[in-house]
Amino acid sequence: MRTISVQKEDGNQIAIQAYPIDEVGANERADFFTKRSLKKDSKLSALYLAMSMCDLTTLEGADTPGRVRQMCAKARNPVPPEMIAPLLEKKGFAPVPSVAAVCVYPSMVPHAVEALHGSGILVASVSTAFPSGQAPLQVKIDDTSFAVENGASEIDMVINRGAFLSGDYQTVFDEVVAIKKACKDAHLKVILETGELGSYDHVRLASEIAMEGGADFIKTSTGKVTPAATLPVTLVMLQAIKDFEKRTGKKIGMKPAGGIRTSKQAIQYLCMVNEVMGPDWMNPQMFRFGASALVNDLLKQIFKEAAGHYYYDKAFAQD
Amino acid sequence: MQTTHHKPFHLEYAPSIESTDIVKIEAKNKLFIDGKFVEPTSKKYFSTVNPATGSTLAQIADANAKDVDLAVKSARKAYSKVWSKMSGKDRGKYLFRIARLIQEHARELAVLETLDNGKPIKESRDIDIPLVAAHFFYYAGWADKLDYAIPGKDVKPLGVVGQVIPWNFPLLMAAWKIAPALACGNTVVIKPAETTSLSILLLAQIFQEAGLPDGVVNIVTGAGETGAAIVNHNDINKIAFTGSTEVGRIIQKAVAKTDKKLTLELGGKSAHIVYEDAAIDQAVEGAINGIFFNQGHVCCAGSRLLLEESIASEFVDKLKTRMETLRVGNPLDKNTDIGAINSAAEHSKIQKLIQTGISEGGEYFEPTSSQLPEKGFFQKPCFFNNVSSAFTLSRIEVFGPVLAISTFRSVSEAIAKANDTQYGLAAGIWSEKGSKIHKTAAGLKAGVIWANTYNKFDPSSPFGGYNESGFGREGGRHGLFPYLSI
Repeated sequence: MRTISVQKEDGNQIAIQAYPIDEVGANERADFFTKRSLKKDSKLSALYLAMSMCDLTTLEGADTPGRVRQMCAKARNPVPPEMIAPLLEKKGFAPVPSVAAVCVYPSMVPHAVEALHGSGILVASVSTAFPSGQAPLQVKIDDTSFAVENGASEIDMVINRGAFLSGDYQTVFDEVVAIKKACKDAHLKVILETGELGSYDHVRLASEIAMEGGADFIKTSTGKVTPAATLPVTLVMLQAIKDFEKRTGKKIGMKPAGGIRTSKQAIQYLCMVNEVMGPDWMNPQMFRFGASALVNDLLKQIFKEAAGHYYYDKAFAQD
Repeated sequence: MQTTHHKPFHLEYAPSIESTDIVKIEAKNKLFIDGKFVEPTSKKYFSTVNPATGSTLAQIADANAKDVDLAVKSARKAYSKVWSKMSGKDRGKYLFRIARLIQEHARELAVLETLDNGKPIKESRDIDIPLVAAHFFYYAGWADKLDYAIPGKDVKPLGVVGQVIPWNFPLLMAAWKIAPALACGNTVVIKPAETTSLSILLLAQIFQEAGLPDGVVNIVTGAGETGAAIVNHNDINKIAFTGSTEVGRIIQKAVAKTDKKLTLELGGKSAHIVYEDAAIDQAVEGAINGIFFNQGHVCCAGSRLLLEESIASEFVDKLKTRMETLRVGNPLDKNTDIGAINSAAEHSKIQKLIQTGISEGGEYFEPTSSQLPEKGFFQKPCFFNNVSSAFTLSRIEVFGPVLAISTFRSVSEAIAKANDTQYGLAAGIWSEKGSKIHKTAAGLKAGVIWANTYNKFDPSSPFGGYNESGFGREGGRHGLFPYLSI
């Protein structure tokens, strides 16, 4: 097994193992979770849980304060109270939880913070010259500090893929360490952009570097590159988290992002987290979905479980 | 920062049961001779049970020597009048039609297989039945190309073949036997295992639906005596048997004084080797699949796990964690990973061998998570760690979800340990280093060797054993040879 070495700020070297991943085997194991079948109460509890794990996201050049306020309103109340009232009369149905966080660009953080005041919903901000990460380190630090100072409690940074793919792991590590420092109390999610890494071996190694560098979460994708999150790539990252916990005792969170649009997909991810990681990861502190379209599909399925039939698509607000 | 504290969340999987409405099981199931379902001349029937509940599913005709003789006569007539005279192209048409009909009846076949055998619906649905269809498709393609199977040789069918198959993959083993036999122009008398007769009788209905000429395939149900009547019948040209080494020996003795051709696919105690440079998480999954697939009722099961000592404790820890998530229970539940043991007799045999393993001093582990159903024959998956090569569990085939783990220090020791067995059916090698895989594979005496995977089957790939695992190959071009006069 290959071992890489990186130097910490204090001058000490740390060894990072490049664990090999068998691609065929990882794909097969991930496929196993698409065969799980959740019905009735199990399905409903999974749908509620998935909703509470969503990071409702808008990351467009065209984002405006108005657009962000719209999304924050939806984050607070995925469905209007009048609409949920008949559902609550049914046995086993609870109010639909709000999402975990909204995720925006740094410039939109002040607007999101204001719109979510008092809701308990977190504001996450992408940073470090998202999505490419092709900017000088100082720019990345300033980008992060701006978001944190304006009230972001979570930072979603991107790793330096250019450095990673050229074998300059030290730079990748140093940037994670620097951004972690700039985060202060904010949680750091490190986006690997797995769609650009080329192999599961690389995904595993990047996960190790991110966790050693101080990531609180590791995240698959920016959502700007195809493929984004997949079940097998998430599996590889979960297994890295599991081994890291065994080695260090630290529990790192996981966020697949991009491409998860349906409740069926979300349930497959939850079955995987449940069986690979166990109940400690089955909460929004440890697992998130970076998704927007997913929220409406979850609502559609929750209402279907209550009413016994599907609601018209237009029943739920688009954003 | 998150302010609310989140409790661990236990995601329960509510039962998700496959409906059995699709299958109609006759109370009394007759023999299939000369294209018709007929009463056994013995007038005797025996019960077949659902191993998941212990309750009787149906009565099955018990064929005696006279019934077998009628079946052989029907097969002989079909051989000389119809099947051997038909062009390969036309035989292929029938086989393609059968393959398509198997796909059309896939759900029905899967449910019936699970009811009678006890295997999880997930496996019968996604593995057994698709492979059954694939086998017929594959050999359908050979039917009109036999002249090219062995360059420079003229090949002919053998005549009537007698086939005896086991209960672990009832329909798949029927396909392995029937498809190449028919493609080569032979006719068949086949006996399923007495605990799993139902799915092949549904296959008989598919033969009728496909318009397969009468007598080309004859199915005689029954136990050992019925099998003996086939083996000893003097108008049969070839015997093909899959089952235990013990019965294989009896058959070989019986056939020794005749001119019958013989192939035997028997037991195994296959070694699954994991080197320290393997992709560990995938190797753990491979070990799980190797031994717990189909409740371990697999002749090529990776029942001896050989771990390089430097990774053994990490590997065993991961294996334990993974085993805690295996779901043992109702085979019809789509979330079941391990179903029912096929019969009370097999169940008590497995339990006896586990007791032997414990008394010999292997370190026993079984998961604490799974609760077994009260009714039916169920067995928790388990392993014995630090098993010596001299222990019973290193040498005797358990044919159940019981794994024996031991360690090695070098490639040569891995090969020596893997070959330290009377069997030689299959082996698995896990390493990310290609040269090591090739070196190991070259040293192993096993008919099938998987690298970085296990229990993968494909109709185009030959399967069979060394030593007491038998002889002859099934599947692929090699699978034609036992059914041809060359």
